[in-house]
Order: sequence, then structure tokens, then C-alpha cells
Amino acid sequence: MTQKNRLSGGQIDPNETFSFKFDGKSYQGHKGDTLASALLANGVRLMGRSFKYHRPRGVLTAGSEEPNALVELRTGARQEPNTRATTAELFDGLVAKSQNRLGSLRFDAMAINDRFSNFLTAGFYYKTFMWPKAFWEKVYEPIIRKAAGLGSLSLEDDPDVYDKGFLHCDLLIIGSGPAGLSAALTAGRSGAQVILADEDFRMGGRLNSETHEIGGTSGAQWAAATMAELSALPNVRIMTRTTVIGAFDHGIYGAVERVSDHLATPEAGKPRQILWRIYTKHTVLAAGATERPIAFENNDRPGIMLASAMRTYANRFAVTADQRVAIFTNNDDGHRTAADLHAKGVKIAAVVDVRADAPSSMDYEVLHGEVVNTKGRLGLSFAEVKLADGSTRTLEAGALGVSGGWNPNVHMTCHQRGRPTWNSDLAAFVPGADLPMGMVVAGAANGDLSTHGALLGGAQAAKSLLGIKGRLPKLPETEDAPVNVTPFWYVEGASRAWIDQQNDVTVKDVKLSHQEGFRSVEHLKRYTTLGMATDQGKTSNMGGLAIMAELAGKTIPEVGTTIFRPPYTPTAIGVLAGRHTGQDFHPKRLTPSHKWAEERGAVFVEVGNWLRAQWFPIAGETHWRESVDREVLATRKSVGVCDVTTLGKVDVQGPDAAQFLNMVYCNGFAKLAVGKTRYGLMLREDGIAMDDGTAARLAEDHFVVTTTTANALPVYRHMEFVRQCLAPDMDVQLISTTEAWAQYAVAGPNARKLLEKIVDVDISNDAFPFMACANITICGGLRARLFRISFSGELAYEIAVPTAYGDALMRKIMEVGEEFNITPYGTEALGVMRIEKGHAAGNELNGTTTAANLGMGHMVSSLKDSIGKVLSQRDGLNADGDLRQVGIKPVDPADPVPAGAHLMNADGPVDATHDQGYATSACYSPNLGHSIAIGFLKNGSERMGERMRLVSPLTGVETEVEIVSAHFIDPDGERLRA
Amino acid sequence: MHSLTSVTALGGTEPRIDTFDHIKITENDGVALASVAARIGREAACHKVLKKLLGAVPETGRAVLHDPEAGFCMGPDQWMIGAPKDTHELLADQLKDLFGDNASITEQSGAWVCFDLRGPAMEDMSERLCNIPIRSMISGDVRRTVIHQLGCFTIRRADADHLRILGPRASAETLHHAILTAALSTA
Amino acid sequence: MIIEHPLLGPRDSSEFTYMGDAKLIDRPDPEAETAARDFYEYGYLRDNPAGWHDELWFHEQGDRSWLVVTRNTLTHEISKVELARDVARARGRSK
Repeated sequence: MTQKNRLSGGQIDPNETFSFKFDGKSYQGHKGDTLASALLANGVRLMGRSFKYHRPRGVLTAGSEEPNALVELRTGARQEPNTRATTAELFDGLVAKSQNRLGSLRFDAMAINDRFSNFLTAGFYYKTFMWPKAFWEKVYEPIIRKAAGLGSLSLEDDPDVYDKGFLHCDLLIIGSGPAGLSAALTAGRSGAQVILADEDFRMGGRLNSETHEIGGTSGAQWAAATMAELSALPNVRIMTRTTVIGAFDHGIYGAVERVSDHLATPEAGKPRQILWRIYTKHTVLAAGATERPIAFENNDRPGIMLASAMRTYANRFAVTADQRVAIFTNNDDGHRTAADLHAKGVKIAAVVDVRADAPSSMDYEVLHGEVVNTKGRLGLSFAEVKLADGSTRTLEAGALGVSGGWNPNVHMTCHQRGRPTWNSDLAAFVPGADLPMGMVVAGAANGDLSTHGALLGGAQAAKSLLGIKGRLPKLPETEDAPVNVTPFWYVEGASRAWIDQQNDVTVKDVKLSHQEGFRSVEHLKRYTTLGMATDQGKTSNMGGLAIMAELAGKTIPEVGTTIFRPPYTPTAIGVLAGRHTGQDFHPKRLTPSHKWAEERGAVFVEVGNWLRAQWFPIAGETHWRESVDREVLATRKSVGVCDVTTLGKVDVQGPDAAQFLNMVYCNGFAKLAVGKTRYGLMLREDGIAMDDGTAARLAEDHFVVTTTTANALPVYRHMEFVRQCLAPDMDVQLISTTEAWAQYAVAGPNARKLLEKIVDVDISNDAFPFMACANITICGGLRARLFRISFSGELAYEIAVPTAYGDALMRKIMEVGEEFNITPYGTEALGVMRIEKGHAAGNELNGTTTAANLGMGHMVSSLKDSIGKVLSQRDGLNADGDLRQVGIKPVDPADPVPAGAHLMNADGPVDATHDQGYATSACYSPNLGHSIAIGFLKNGSERMGERMRLVSPLTGVETEVEIVSAHFIDPDGERLRA
Repeated sequence: MHSLTSVTALGGTEPRIDTFDHIKITENDGVALASVAARIGREAACHKVLKKLLGAVPETGRAVLHDPEAGFCMGPDQWMIGAPKDTHELLADQLKDLFGDNASITEQSGAWVCFDLRGPAMEDMSERLCNIPIRSMISGDVRRTVIHQLGCFTIRRADADHLRILGPRASAETLHHAILTAALSTA
Repeated sequence: MIIEHPLLGPRDSSEFTYMGDAKLIDRPDPEAETAARDFYEYGYLRDNPAGWHDELWFHEQGDRSWLVVTRNTLTHEISKVELARDVARARGRSK
């Protein structure tokens, strides 16, 4: 018979039947089931093996706190390990596998570990695998890695996508039990912007699990009616399947919405999950409470579960774990389970209560005593009870409900370092006074465990937070039973009594760690692993604390809790990444000539998110060097064009613009004539070079400043700092215009001839000499900017047009350049040409070098103040024998000169104390026919012609080199002034 | 008239339009832009010109949706002015004439890509794209925000279902991809 | 964290870039006889208090204002936010 443990009623849809597979076997369940409830309905109690001892385990809970019933859900790339069967929503075709087993679930070969349990106690790994030391890497670690862990990964790429999103509201309500719903009603009716979030797929919290009536209807019906009213309110956003995972600073909450986890696969284009960042003025935490177990010998057999979970299975899912059930409790709540199951026709073997004054029942036997042991190989068969009078009884039962009292879910109250306080009436921690900003806790989470208390607490919380005037409407009639609990954590004499079933931590392990001197609760956690892993000890931490307190002769609050940290429940890494994966990891910036460059087959490189053409291979070229050499030679011979749009551009305007540039650049700009451009070096305040570029004076009160591509943002930020914080009255205005202009470098002896065919003005050497700049027009009237500046060392111009015309201008340059055999060149050729010229770039401006190191010490003007001036003069940066930029060439032209290699004297040892300097940038110079480099050498400017060794011990390179001027080509700059 | 033809930010000769039942995404290639920053002590003079030009001075976080010129506040004493490109290709020069020495004017037409989102899913999409309180924003509200790591301006326009996004032009493709993704995600 | 921008209202701290101690506004007089010492202290000897701290934040993804944010580094509580330009002027900085 299928679904032999299915009861009547519940909130499942018996008319909609789903087929699913667990460990290869087919079963049926219904819409509204979880995987766990459907398995129980089919009589499956055994759902997994334990972490360390591979003991058979079933479900302990019916919610997200589940430590045991972890499965691998789905197959293929979507296989997800460690999924809680208790929260996995059943869908047609679901496939799940048990995990942490060798062989089948029923005959797990690793269960041998259980026989060696005396060795595998707390600290086993720390103590055992100490020596011989060499064994760790080769023997112990691989074995431990293989044996450890829970489920397995698919090792395939995640086929799903994840979204991120942002929500803003007046009131966030976490949890949709009676307190949350009551708060939502009160807030929703007031018109406030409300978000109601619950991790479950059915709103109502424990109302769906209990048989309490509210206002004459069942709790579940009241919840459904309330949800209907809330759904109709436009100001209330209802978020089911949404777990609030953390409370962050200033009313910011993280929440994960599982959009598609209840479907076989997400719909096309839809995310699997969404990570919401919620900004709220106020928060009602109505996260409920979690029932805790009692530890006794062999308390982990499949069929033994929390009594409240039994009620959830019976009342919500219409399922019982077995047709014959016993209860073990220290409070009145356990009796509710017996009553509810009895009402559903389940046989109650007995209720065992540790309290002498336990309530009695007409329907079943109530025993005063303790469960001291259990039996049953792959599931519970018998429970042994020691009665208060000393006699024993054996109860035959396939399921045992355990109730040790309730722990309010205080997690979110502690994410801002708040600490919970002890409530001895409940024998539990409740939220402390130091709550996250704007938060009020209501209902069971606040220790108000009755339904009436929850309704009242929720309504009051919403009223006070939102400042709602007037009296609250009358609350519906419902139960208001007091909590009647006697603290009882574990059965005396038990040793293999599980405190933390997920990590296989027993009462004995906690005692052992105490015996070995672990006194802090944080140390207990790390030594025994109690409270670690996917459930973070939601059902186990309190038991551990209680035993620790007893052993230390302290109270539980004196021992204290470990720190609660986000996330509240396990969170997929994918949802934290959102859409920022693969190609979308960060945005692309495309230059205006990108499409054109693509058409020419350019190879691109990423620089500060820009995709820049690195070189343009042509037919027959098989190695990048061939392309680069060709581009360099062609440019120096005739003319080349390069997209330099990516350089940062800052518009500097205002009457004090020149004065401002005088401040940010170490060299002077006040006297720069209109229509002229000047190279500028920016220092940090500590005297180290920060960035370089050019400033073109387009008008008396208007400069265009360029920065290096990579530093555009930090330089702009620095300039704003100087303007706003250091010189607030300077009349200067800044704005970034990097992307507003398409800019191309046209370089080579024929550059002028080419541009003359494009520009509408006279650019002869007299009219437009080296370092000139102007606003001009081109192609019969398009506004443009022309700068006669050169990075390559050739006669060169940079021409800029509004971005929209960039593509057209590049094509135009290529068209009119045809007669000069124009060659487009990429960043590699650009790099070669600048090294040939000895121009410093990022490798030289590397955050450790000064103007003096760069050979630009003379540029630091002594006539004016500038950022970095004072500290650039300090002794430490101006010692004799300091590094100076030099050129490096191999004595044998065939030898390489690798960048990063260090300069050593021709004779003597090769070590750090004899280090003379290092090569920063290197390339093959097609013009010179050998490799060249620039770098820094101690006292470098005095050592021209010296023979040295350039060594790279790491790569085994040692090259005999000669120190030369860094200006390998055209040292007098005749070409660029031509 | 010059001989160069322009392309849109997405590289096409015509603006890109993506139409769904719930949203229409339009690349708006028709806006000329220029920024205006008041010089020190000239704020009042700038306000006067802005008032004449737009009918009102855009307040902090607000736009003045005026025809043909519109404007919004970018920062302290700093505004972005937009106008139809067809009639205002040389908007920066035109503004320079109007503001004279009272302000620093910078051409911005080439720096931005403009997308218009119109349709019933606009608010849902906005929540997936960026951290703006879209549901409490009213017509004319402007927010600088981040979309897929890109600094953007978002402007809630006159129609309730219309959001305009100005993003960095070089990343037009990335921004368009992010907007399309959000459209599919909220379908 | 949320920073209450004096002009724009509450903004997520992720829109800002952080630069640390607001004493950086008090750049020493480069003409002073003790300038070398003063700049050394300005550049290197800054406090890193566990508690209240005046800090510089740049609204990089916003209006590009530098702000002086008074923040408790232990609790992240923010008690005051001002435009750095106003602070600089109040501290006597001009051109």
C-alpha cells in the first residue's frame, strides 16, 4: 500500500499527486508536501547517515532547523548537496538521494565507524593525526577528506541564474506566524509600506501545525483568511519562500527568495533565487521558536523526532511517522502532540513525563519517568522507560516524540552583536535589550509562546513602531496557556546520547571537552564541532550549554551562547554572486572604434574594464610578435593610428583652474599659454609619484586634463579632494569627460599629411607646433579637439570628436590614410614605442617611485606649493645613490632582458644585499633589432655604459647587459618636433 | 555640414527597441546633454538663467521636465541640461552663451547612453536593477545609482510607468544586457 | 550602513568611497619652518580610534561630494554628516 502513514485532513492537496524518487525508488506524495513529509507518508523513516559514525538517521524536525535529513536534491548539474528534506517542497518528478554513505543507505560500509566510537571522540583528529608529520599531506588528509563532509557536488557549472534586488519599506515583518500576521494586519491597515517575509511556502507559521482555534475557526483557516486580506492591500508585499538571512547596519536586511526551487527547472529567463537587500525603517521579528530535544541513550534512531514536528506532520501534512507513537516530555507541549495524534487515530503508546505533576489523560497512559534507551536497527522499535518508582517499562513504538521546551529564535536580534538574556520561566534565552536599530521582537521569538500572546505582541509591535494612533481592534479569541516547563536536558547516566545529531556530538563528548579544559562556549564549539555545519546548532546548542553549565557549576546564562552570525540558514554562493558571473562578472567598456577593430580581427585586452585592441593580426601572421613588430615599424616609417579614448579625461574650468593644476601637479601650469599642452606629474602627499598625463589649455579658464587609463577614477577622486577639502574657495569646477570624446593618436612621419585631409584648419608646423592644442572642426564642420602630443616619439597628434562620431572618424582616418599605408596599432605596439622612447608608464609609476627616481626631480617646482612637494624633499627619498631610471640593453643582441629581473654588479654575489636595481618594462625593439628594457638603477644616471648582470633567479635567466640612456630612439626629440 | 555620420551608443544606425508585453526598452539617441556648474559666488546668477531656460531651478534630487530643454540637479550647484539633439546639437555652446562667466559648461552628449523603460513592469524591473526607492519616487525625482556596477542617473518621468536611465556610454552594451536580463526575469 | 547625506538624504554606504581620518583636511602650512615634521605627522601619524571618529567619505556613485562622517567604529552609529567643503571652510581653509 502506498502512503501507509498518510492521515486525513491537513493542508496538502490530496487530489494532486506527485511522483518522486528517493534513492532510486519511486514514491507518491501530494502538492503541499515536503520531501520529508512525503517520505514519512510512505513509511520511510531512514533518510540519511550521520556525519561521523554513519548511524542511521531520520527526520528530527519539520523545518529549516533540521540536522539529520539532508539529501542530494535533483540530478546532473542541478544536484544540490545537504538539502533539508524538511524544507524541500515536493514537485512532480523530484529526485533525491541520501548521502554520506558507502554502499546503500541500509547497509552503509562506513557504519563500522560506529563500532570504533570510543576512539572517534571529541578532538579525535587533533589528537590522532599529529605524527609522523610527513604523513599529514600524503596519507591522513586525503583519507579524512574522503571520509568527511556530507553531500557531494555535481562538479558541473550551475546552470541556473540568480538575481539581486532592492526593496524599501516602512516595516519589515520576519515570520508569518500569529505574531507576524497580527503585525502585518495592524501595519497594513494603517497604510504603511509593509513587507511580510517567511521562509516557508505556506504562510501561517505554527498556525498551520496546531489545532488551536482563533476566533472560532482553525488557526490555519484564520491564517488563510488573514493572508487573503493582506494580499488585497497594495501597500503590503507578501514574500513567501523568502528567508531573511541577516540583520545588517541601520535597518538593512538580506533576504533570499527561492523563486524556482519548488519547480523542476526555473522558467526561461527566470532566476532560481533572488537576493534581496531590504531597507526598512522598522522591523518586527516574529521568527517563532524552535523546540529542543532531550538527550538520552540512543536518542537518534529514525522515528525519534521533536514532538512539535510530529504535530506539524500530522496537522499540516496529514502524516504520522508511525501508527504507534510514544512521547517523552518535560512540559505540557508534549501532551498536545499526544492529543492531536490520538484525535487523528494514531495509537499513543504512552506519554513519558519527567514531571511528577504532569497532566493526565483519558485517552492514553501518562508515565512519570524518563526514556533511558531505545532499540531498533534502522528505526525505532522499542523505548525503554525508567519510571519514577525505579521500575522499568518497554514501550513498543515506531516513533517517539520528544519535547524539551522551546527556544525563541533570537538569531536576528544578535546580528548586531546584541546578546540574548536568560528567562528562567521558559528555561530559555530570549532577546536582550540591545536589538538592531528599529527592531521589535514579537510572539514566540520574544518568549510569548501562547497564540494570544503572539497576536497581541505582533499588533502592539506594529502599533508602537509605526506610531499608529488609537486603540487596537479587539483581538480574536484564542488559547493563552501558560508555559509549564521543568528544565531537563539529558538523562543521567547516558553517554551515547546525542546532543548534536548533525555533527555526531554526544553528552560524553561535551563532558570530555570540559575535562580537557575547554571552558569557553566558543572553544567547546570548535573542539567538539557542536553547533557547526548547516543547522548551526539550532536544536543542539542549548543542550551543550546546559551540560557545560552543570559541569562548570555555573548557570546557563553565565556560560552564555556562541555568537549568532548571518546567514540564518545555508545560502547558495550563487545567489550572493547574482548576475555577476562569467562574462557578466564586471561591466565591459567599449571604445568607439570597437566594432571597427572587431571587424579587423583585433585581439583585445582588458584594462580598467575597457577592452582595448592589443594588436591587429593580418593574414599570414602566426605569432603576436610578428603583428606588433609590423605595427611598430610601419608607424615609425609612415603613419599609424591607435584608439586612446580610454585615457581618463577631466574637464577643469574656472578662473582658478590654472592655480588648481599648480596644486595637483608638481610642475607649474600657471604660465602655460592658451593653445598649449604640457606634461604633468602628480605626486601623492607622501612624495611618491601617483599619475601622469597632460593638461591642455583650451582657454584661459579651461583645461582638459588626461590621466592614465587605470587611474582615471582615483585621480578624479583626488582632484575633488583637493578642491573640496583643501582649497574650498578655489573657483574651479571639475567634471569627468572620459567617455564624452573618442580620441585617436595618429603618429608617424606622415601623420600631418594624413590629418590635413581631415581637419578644417592649418596644422602646419608653424601654425600648430609640438604641444599645441585647439578646438577645431573637421570634415567640413564637426567640432573636434586636436592635441599635438606624442607618446610614441613620432610626429603625432591626438584628435578627439564626440563619441557618437568616433566610429566614423576611425573609418575616415583609415580611408584617407590608405595612400600612406596607414597601420592601426594596438596597446602592445604602443608599449614598445614608449619603451623605445623611455616614457614612464604604470610599471614605472608603481607606487614606490619618486619624481627623482623617474629622472623628473627637476620638475618639482620650488616656486609654488603642490601636493607632495614637502615630503618629496625629505632625506629618505633623496639619499645618495638613489634609484634612477635607465635603459638596459643586452650585450649579446640575442639575449632577452626580462622585466622584473634585477640588476647586479658584473662581479660579486647575487643576493638581495647586493641588489642594484631592477627592470620595470621590457620589449623587443624591432627598430634596434634586440630586446630592450627600462628600469631603475642605484645612482643610475652616473653609470651609463656600465656592464652589469640582469638576473632572474626564479626563471634562471642571467643576461649580461649594458646600462644606457632610456631614450633608445631619437633622444633629441627631432621626430616629434618635425 | 560635415561628412561624418554618427552611430548610437549601442553602435547601430537606428536606436535599439525591445518590446515585451510588460515593458518597452528604448535606446534614446535623441538627447543632447551638457553640464552646468556654477562658479563661486555666481549661484544666484545661474539660478536666474536656469529659471528662464527651464521655468524653474531643479532642486536637489529633482528634475524639471520642460520642453525643449530639461534639466536635473547633479550635485551642489551643478546641473545637467538636456535637449533634443536635432535642434540642440551644439547645446554646450548655446548654454555658454546663456550663462557666460557665471558657470562652467561641459559638453556631455557623448558621455551617456539613454534608455527609456516604459510599461507596467517598470517598478519591478527597477527593483532588480538598482537601489532606488522607485515606489516612493514621484515624477521628476532623480537618483544617481549603480546598475550592474555602472554609475547611472535614473529619472522618474511624467508618466507613471516611465523611467529614464542615463548610463556611461562606453558600457551601453553591458547596461542594455542588464536591462534586458531584468526584463526577462520579471516577465 | 546608511549615511545621511546632508543634501541627498539617506544613502547606502556602498555608494561611497572611504578615505579615513578627516584630519586630512588640516593640511599643514608648507611654508612653516616645521613643515617637514608637520607633513610627516599629517601623512603618517593618524589615530585609529575604537569609538567615535571623524571620517572622510566620497560620494563616488552620487553627487561627488566629500563628506565628513562622524561614526562610531565599534557600533557603526553615525551621529553627524557634513559636507567636507563646509568643514574645510569652517576650519579656515580657503584657496
